[in-house]
Parts: sequence; C-alpha cells; structure tokens
Amino acid sequence: MRHLLSAAELGAEEATSLLDTADTLKRTLLGREVRKLPTLRGRTVLTMFYESSTRTRVSFEIAGKWMSADVINVSSSGSSTSKGESLRDTALTLSAAGADCVIVRHPASGAAHRLSGWLDETGTQVVNAGDGMHEHPTQALLDAATLRERLGGLDGRRIAIVGDLLHSRVARSNVHLLRTLGAEVVLVAPPTLVPMGARQWGAEVTGDLDAELPGLDAVMMLRVQAERMDGAFFPSAREYSLSYGMNEARLARLPEHAVVLHPGPMLRGMEIASRVADSPSAAVAEQVRNGVHVRMAVLYHLLAGEEVTA
Amino acid sequence: MTQGENAPASRVLLKDVRPYGEGEPVDLLVADGRIAEIGAGPDVEVDEVVHGEGAVLLPGFVDLHTHLREPGREDAETVESGAVAAALGGYTAVFAMANTDPVADNAVVVEHVWRRGRELGLVDVHPVGAVTVGLRGTQLAELGTMARSAARVRVFSDDGHCVDDPLVMRRALEYTSAFGGVVAQHAEDPRLTVRAQAHEGANAARLGLTGWPAPAEESIVARDCMLAAHTAGALHVCHASSSGTADFLRWWKAGDHAGTVSAEVTPHHLLLTDELLAGYDPVHKVNPPLRTDDDVHALRGALAEGTLDCVATDHAPHAEQDKDCEWSAARPGMLGLQTALGVVLRTMVEPGLLDWRGLARVMSERPARIAGLTDQGRPVAEGEPANLVLVDDEHRWTVRAAELASIATNTPYEGMELPGRVRATLSHGRLTVRDGVVAREGAGH
Repeated sequence: MRHLLSAAELGAEEATSLLDTADTLKRTLLGREVRKLPTLRGRTVLTMFYESSTRTRVSFEIAGKWMSADVINVSSSGSSTSKGESLRDTALTLSAAGADCVIVRHPASGAAHRLSGWLDETGTQVVNAGDGMHEHPTQALLDAATLRERLGGLDGRRIAIVGDLLHSRVARSNVHLLRTLGAEVVLVAPPTLVPMGARQWGAEVTGDLDAELPGLDAVMMLRVQAERMDGAFFPSAREYSLSYGMNEARLARLPEHAVVLHPGPMLRGMEIASRVADSPSAAVAEQVRNGVHVRMAVLYHLLAGEEVTA
Repeated sequence: MTQGENAPASRVLLKDVRPYGEGEPVDLLVADGRIAEIGAGPDVEVDEVVHGEGAVLLPGFVDLHTHLREPGREDAETVESGAVAAALGGYTAVFAMANTDPVADNAVVVEHVWRRGRELGLVDVHPVGAVTVGLRGTQLAELGTMARSAARVRVFSDDGHCVDDPLVMRRALEYTSAFGGVVAQHAEDPRLTVRAQAHEGANAARLGLTGWPAPAEESIVARDCMLAAHTAGALHVCHASSSGTADFLRWWKAGDHAGTVSAEVTPHHLLLTDELLAGYDPVHKVNPPLRTDDDVHALRGALAEGTLDCVATDHAPHAEQDKDCEWSAARPGMLGLQTALGVVLRTMVEPGLLDWRGLARVMSERPARIAGLTDQGRPVAEGEPANLVLVDDEHRWTVRAAELASIATNTPYEGMELPGRVRATLSHGRLTVRDGVVAREGAGH
C-alpha cells in the first residue's frame, strides 16, 4: 500500500488483511502492562489537521506511539499555513524535514489526493484522515472492525446509514467499504440530505427509517449539524429528531442482535437519544477503541509494508 | 472600428487556397486590407507570398469571450500574450472580459485595453464593459460612456458573476438597447450555487464536491429571455453548459418574441465531461462546470442546428499558484484560444455535424453579427475586409502547455492530439501568423 486515500480503492482482500492485522494487534496488546511495540521505531509520522478534531487526531497519535513511531502534530493555526503558505509547500516542507508519513485532515475534498500527487516522488506516504465531504477511510475501517466483532462478519448483513449523507465523508467511506466486504447498505435520510447521484452508489436509498428497522443488523447514525438548518435542509431539529432520530422506541423495533454505531461527536437528543447511546446495543466506545488498532494496522501496512504474524 | 490601420499597406498573395474548403485551390490577392482578387494570375507583384498547398481559407475567427487579465493579473496573461495566442489560434477579433482589476466598468479601463490592442496590431481587441459597478450587481456602470468612448463598447457583461437581480438585468437590457448594445449574461443563480464546485450529479456526489445544479443556469436563461422580449433588448447567453439550456433556447427561438437572444458554447463544454474530476486536478475546474456526456452531445447538436449561435472560448488564464492547490481553493477557468479550432474540428467537423461553412458560421460570422462588428465575419469574397485564417486541415498536433503563447499554462488538453493547424492569419490584410508562427513587424518573432 502506497497511500491510504479512500475506502473506495480498498479491495476486499486488502481491507480484510488490514482488519485482521488490527485484530492481531488488539490481541497482542490485550492485558499488557506496557502497550508499546517496537515495530515503527525510528519512523516519523506527522499529523496535519486543518480542521478541528479530537478523537481522530488523538487516535492516530496513540496508534503511532504504541508502535514506537515518532509522532509530531502540526496544527494549521500555529504553522506557516496561517501565514498563507500553500498546502503543497507545507507538504513538501514537512516531507523534506523527514516525514515518512503524513496524516492529513483538510476541509477540501480531494486534499489527500492532491498531497499524494505532490509527495509521490519524495517517498512520503499519505493517510487521509478526512477530506471535506469526500472520504474518511480509517473511520470506515474501524466501523467495519467493530461490526465484525459484534456480528461475527459482514457478509450478507444489512446496515443502515442514517443522517446527513450529503455532507458526510463517513457515509461515503462506509458505503464503499461495507459493500466491498459483502454487506447490504441502505441509506436513510430526508431527500434534501441525499446527494444527487447517490443512487448510483450501489446502496438502496429511502426516507423511511421505521420501515427498515426490523430488517437491520446495524444502524450507523451520522451527526447532523445544527447549522444545516440555515441551508433549509430540514425544517427544525425537533422534526428531524422525530423522523430520523434513534430513540428508545426505534431501538426496540430493531432485532435483538442489532448494533447502533455513531462516529461521534454525538448530539444526544438530536440524532441519538441519550439512553440509546448508553445502551448495550450501542458500540460507541468500542468504535473508539478499535480506531486505535485499525490505525496501527494502517501505519503498519504503509510503513512496515508486510503482514503481522500473530 | 478598423484596427491596425496604422500598419503599412501590403500586398499578400495566398497561393493554392480553398475558400471554405470547397473546389479546386485558387490564388487570392490581398491588397489595402481587402480581398482584391480571387483567381489572381501568377505574375502579380506582391510583398509576401503564402503557399497554401490546398489549405482551407475561412473568415478570421471572432471570440466573444476572452479573459486577457490586463490590468491586474499580468502574471497570468497580458493583452500582448493573449493577442499572440489569439492570432495563433486563428482569431482576428477578441472580446476582452471586464473582470479585470480594476474592473472595466468605466471609459478609462476599456480605452486602455483597446489602445493596447491597437498598439499590438495582432488582433482587434474589443473590451467588454461591465454591466454593473465593480461587477457587484447592484448599480449600472456607465454603459453609455463606455459606448461613446474610443473603445466603442457594445458588449456588456459581469462575466464571472451573474447579474442575478432581475430588476438590474431588466434595466441593463433596456438601457443598452438605446445604442445597440448586447448584455452577455453569465447565467448562474447564486442562491443555487453557494460554494458550488462541480456539476451536481453522480461524480460530484462520489467526490464529495458541492453540486452546481444545471437549473441554476437554466432558470436564469429562461428569465433573461423573457426580460429581453419584454424590453426588446439584446441578450447573449454566455457559455451554455447544459442540455436543459439548449432545450429551452430551442423552444424559445422557435417562438415569435421581441428582442434578440443569442448564445455561445465553449470548446471545453463540447468535449470534456465531469469524469475528468476523479483526480481532483483543478485544471479541470471551470465555471460553469464540466457536465455529463449527455450534456456534451446535446450542446453539439444545438450548435449544429443553430440553437446555439457560436463558439466562444472563455479563455481564462490562471497563474500556477491558483491552480496547483486543492480543488476548492483553485480558481475556475482554462486556456482556450489556441485549442478552440482543434476542439471544434474534432467535436463538430470530424463527426459531420458541421462543414467548413458551418465552422465559419459559428467561429466567425455569428459572433461578429452578435457583437455588431461590420468588418469581421464577412464572406471570403472580392472587396471584403481581409480578416482571414488559413487552416491546414490535414495537420495534427499535440497540445503542450509550455508551447502555448499564454503566460499561464492551465490547459486541460495537455498531451491531447488535435486536428487542424493555423497556417496563417491575416488581420486587416496583414499577416499576423505565417507558417504557424506569429509575425510582428520589427519584433523579431
């Protein structure tokens, strides 16, 4: 693997191999007093976050540190970026300074693709930690890891992704990866939050969450930002919550084994009721835990370039 | 409106050329800026001879939509570099858009651009005047003053911005009708295109780019046609990009309406689609955006049948730093002057949608009429102004940005092979291009 830019480019074999590596790492670290592997000693990993993020940045940082890589965080506000330096120059500078891998989050869709093009000749590898409304591949991997654990596998499973599909990179990455791994995906949202052309993604699209509930193995709730109301995407938070929120009544209509996922940060009371978020069906904390192992696996596959053997 | 008239008169013999690609090759004598004789004998005394070897002779091309970037962004293009590119592209007249810095919303700026064009004498440079002050869409610019200036502005446009306020658009159409002006509208409803980055459809959805829906163009086109009819004004629709726009214009033109409506299409909308966006290279970012294969074919059909009147390049040079960046930060636009002929040959002439007469119509005659030029887009006939282009139709060439005359290099056709080469261009009887090289007096080029 040269770079990790999108879930769309991951084949079933490669994705499964990444998830297997994450499982192996998780088992290896389980119960250890010192959670540190020497695998990436001497390698330099930079995180470049042009958007605020707590969980993703911390998750990557921990993943790198548990593998003994030197992890350095570059924040866009304290760097040359705030002086007007272009993304290209920033990337080339960090590469020249010795970065083996750059983990980038950027508000522009395609930013990671552009970076990979500029850095291709330098040998610096790029991980997309979220680019605009395009993709967030490690989120999809950690969701898949969590679902594999809970459901025993993804093949033939029916999974709903509910919420702001239009602006969501999490949704795009998950549609690709879940389908690659054999799951059926149904997209649920008010039509105003479904991108034109989403019907060509190979997933079903519906506006009726309640009709889907009994047939689902998992529900992935997406955050709905309140500022979306300014764009007239829906009339009110209350109406959204009534139509698309995961509340206790809806939870009760899901099959017993069904899992509720949320990539966070959650808006309790909006897209997910507090009691649902804290229920045994919800896997929010596991998602975060698995995020570290999945990101370790990604760094391992990129920087060490071989499979882990247990 | 004759430019370059300060140049010394010369006699040029075009040997073995085929007007409109028809019949046997003939010799054509140009003298005193006009076509003096078709079928001239071999013994006439001339200053220069161009050996056509059967190349196709057409009226020089007229581009209603060019961004020359001067004043303000001379790091991307100047009147001079743009004029060279235009001449090499076979153009004898270009209309320089008003979105410069400062904006061409007053007589001082339009006269500067016009004078630079005259000094160079390569191509007639007609400045387009802004419709509104600062392109802000609220207050009419001094349209009459620009019309009365030395530049004699007749085409007005806020291109880059839509004159979206219907009342301002109505007033512009009414006001310019007093002096035969035409309002060239960049049709884009700003409320429907907030932060828009790409054609709204499957590709934008997949790439996570905010959609630019076709109805944002179509609704403004429909509204403006109705306003043009109501005011008996002259509307020109810039860069029609969607099949819906073509469908509406076909229906509208079939009716009996007051006012006049014309429309242009760009070469890139005749060839390129939003499939090219997959790598996020902003060289493919343009406004209106590249759309689908269906749109491309609808636009070709509409141009062939005359629903769309002409081809205009929307030549839009941008400095490297404005393109070598992330998609959303990049400026929209692409080079077009030197590739327009090749793209139109490839998309319209080679498939049989247009013949050479048709090409002359959409590249020269119609745009000249829309802009009210009397010395351009004229027939290749004795006594007519010698604004001509000689096209080697057998020749194919590979586009290399570094070899184009523009200062900027943002061509989407890099590495593409295109048919047709401009062998010679004559502006008011004088060779501005010969053997594919720009000819400038004393300039050593």
